[in-house]
Amino acid sequence: MKTDTNNLDKKSYSIWQKLFGKRMTKSGMLSIFIMGAGQLRNKQKGKALCFFLIQLVYVLIEILTSSLVSGGLPNQPKAWGYGFFRKGLWGFFTLGETTGGRFRDNSPVLMIEGLIVILLLGILIFFWIINIRDANQIAIEYEKSGQIKSSKEYFKHVFETSFAYVVSAPSLVLLLLISIMPILFAFFTAFTNYDAYHNPPADLIDWVGFGNFMKVIQLPGWRTTFIGVAVWTLVWAVIATFTTFFGGLFLALVVNNHRVRFKKIWRTILILPWAIPGMVSLLVFKNFFNQTYGPLNRMLGMNIPWLNNPTLAKFTLIAVNFWLGVPYFMMLMTGILTSFDKTIYEAARVDGANKNQIFWHVTFPILLSQVMPLLIMSFAGNFNNFGAVFFLTNGSPRNIAYEYAGHTDILITWIYKMTKDFKMYNMASIMSILIFLLIGGISTWNFMHTDAFKED
Amino acid sequence: MTVLTNRKKNNKTFVDYVKEVLAYIGIYSVLLIFAFVILYPVIWIVGSSFTKGSSLATASAIPRNPSLSNYIRLFEETKYKQWYLNTLTIAVINMAVSVVLTGTMGYVFARLKFAGKKFGLLSILILQMFPSFMGMIAIYVLFLNFGLLDQPLALVLIYATGQIPYNTWLVKGYLKNVPISLDEAAYIDGATKYQTFKRIILPLMSPILTFVAVTQFMAPWFDFILPSFLISSDEKKTLAVGLYELINGQANNNFTMFAAGSVIVAAPVALLYLFLQKYLVEGLSAGANKG
Repeated sequence: MKTDTNNLDKKSYSIWQKLFGKRMTKSGMLSIFIMGAGQLRNKQKGKALCFFLIQLVYVLIEILTSSLVSGGLPNQPKAWGYGFFRKGLWGFFTLGETTGGRFRDNSPVLMIEGLIVILLLGILIFFWIINIRDANQIAIEYEKSGQIKSSKEYFKHVFETSFAYVVSAPSLVLLLLISIMPILFAFFTAFTNYDAYHNPPADLIDWVGFGNFMKVIQLPGWRTTFIGVAVWTLVWAVIATFTTFFGGLFLALVVNNHRVRFKKIWRTILILPWAIPGMVSLLVFKNFFNQTYGPLNRMLGMNIPWLNNPTLAKFTLIAVNFWLGVPYFMMLMTGILTSFDKTIYEAARVDGANKNQIFWHVTFPILLSQVMPLLIMSFAGNFNNFGAVFFLTNGSPRNIAYEYAGHTDILITWIYKMTKDFKMYNMASIMSILIFLLIGGISTWNFMHTDAFKED
Repeated sequence: MTVLTNRKKNNKTFVDYVKEVLAYIGIYSVLLIFAFVILYPVIWIVGSSFTKGSSLATASAIPRNPSLSNYIRLFEETKYKQWYLNTLTIAVINMAVSVVLTGTMGYVFARLKFAGKKFGLLSILILQMFPSFMGMIAIYVLFLNFGLLDQPLALVLIYATGQIPYNTWLVKGYLKNVPISLDEAAYIDGATKYQTFKRIILPLMSPILTFVAVTQFMAPWFDFILPSFLISSDEKKTLAVGLYELINGQANNNFTMFAAGSVIVAAPVALLYLFLQKYLVEGLSAGANKG
């Protein structure tokens, strides 16, 4: 036990060191309170000014947007005196206090403004930590050597790497606003009572903690639906990826065979499904498989419930997805197979391997290692393949045991129904988090093990 | 492979001959079956679009009295032309914006060294796993605040942002094939990073950027969820929403008109794909090659 706690202390100490520098010096202490102050003590004026300006911008924004100085922010009583940052935080924690009237609070808007404020403050904290660490390190170096590098050298180093940041800045800002902020919003909505009975701005939303999660675990309706839908989603994603991958590989091999003439024409026919917008194909298939009027049943002279029987609907879904997805993998395999180094075949043949052995023991493993990242992405894509389910079956046939879901609904279409049709935002958010954890976990783990990632 | 078969041809036995014939039969029957399965629905939808009458029951692959009535109705009774124009505008702008954003991001992550690179790569990867519409409510409120609701062009913001992660990885994988000594030579000659990017790397990136351009041009034609959430007025809709609403709930009444609409959307897009297939194969396999 004793060693355990010792280790723990050591670990947390090292994180602390990583963040703030080897030890706290006077310069570091100064920088904690005013950014740049420690740098000024270290006699690095340029750097001190930069850090100070960052802090100044934040303080000025807060002061200038506060109603004590200017007209204040829209939609808030003048008496508050809150500026941009304080109002954002207040809004995030309270989700609003006033209903009705001119200054009524709109909870989702407050939460989003709060999230933007939190992201901006996160950036400030990032610079604050860098500022403390920098002050500490320079002070320690000075104590040791009695010499101080000028700000110039520091800026030269920053300038070296800054091209990367400047060039990717627009993308990063967009990602922050349009990808990260909404993800955080969805995440936090899971802890609120934002549902069909709470309609902002008429009503306020409140934080409810883990109440919604308990609902999913405890209420049988929600639990059955979640487990049922989640299992089907997994099965669907695995089968859909597996079938299209091997189908595409098979077709690529067939077309590449030396016996096939007019390869170009065959290939063009085979990639046609990829070239047609998926939504169109899916809606066409929905009608194609129509039990009463569809041409397939008319052609067969039978009355097969392609999309109306729960099990058959699932098979139809997988078959249609095969039709849609095979061309992508076929093209991918064709491209990779032609770029293969031919000498390995020679080597294998010299060693006495037959065609089958060469394929399964030489070609296939190399192929697999190359497409693995795309295969994982394809799995994630199928897991969240909204279009396939929504346009072909729309989740039907109905399942009376489920909450807001049908037999063929996968998690993502279930979430869509909950938000768009039933306004169960909080429950939908819980499902989003679970999907995210699952898919994000699998993919991250896998990517960490790919060569592409290790090299960087 | 050819060496192997040539050797066999020299001393063919009867068994070899039968095997060869069976291989031909097998291969061509696979090709013919797949071609039929792929082409039949396509022919059926084209045929349906020329069928007289409007219901699914009358639709057939080879219409008895072919007519253009569905196409005429489509343009007269719906705002199809407007939808088409909206989608085309979004597609073109999205293509341009995406190419710029991905090109630069891909270059930065493939070629430059900077603090936080690994973290950045991992985060954009995780971001990509999050389906964009889960943050829909947030985007809706964000757009509401900035007055971007019901503005088709604002969709470009989301499309262009959403594609960054996947395509950055793709471009990064592709640039692995381009020797880094090219960059180093340029630096030695005194080129700045910007000059190196513009004069040396950018021209070499054209195949992969073509791939990004084509796929991003395509994206808005497929997408249904975002416009269905963010666009409300009829004349600002995109094709996906317009077409879907045409047959949603009353599939049996408007089916042939929907077929006509589908043909007009799919035909040019499919032709573009077929025309550029060489680039698409290159782009796909390049991204995979070095993963």
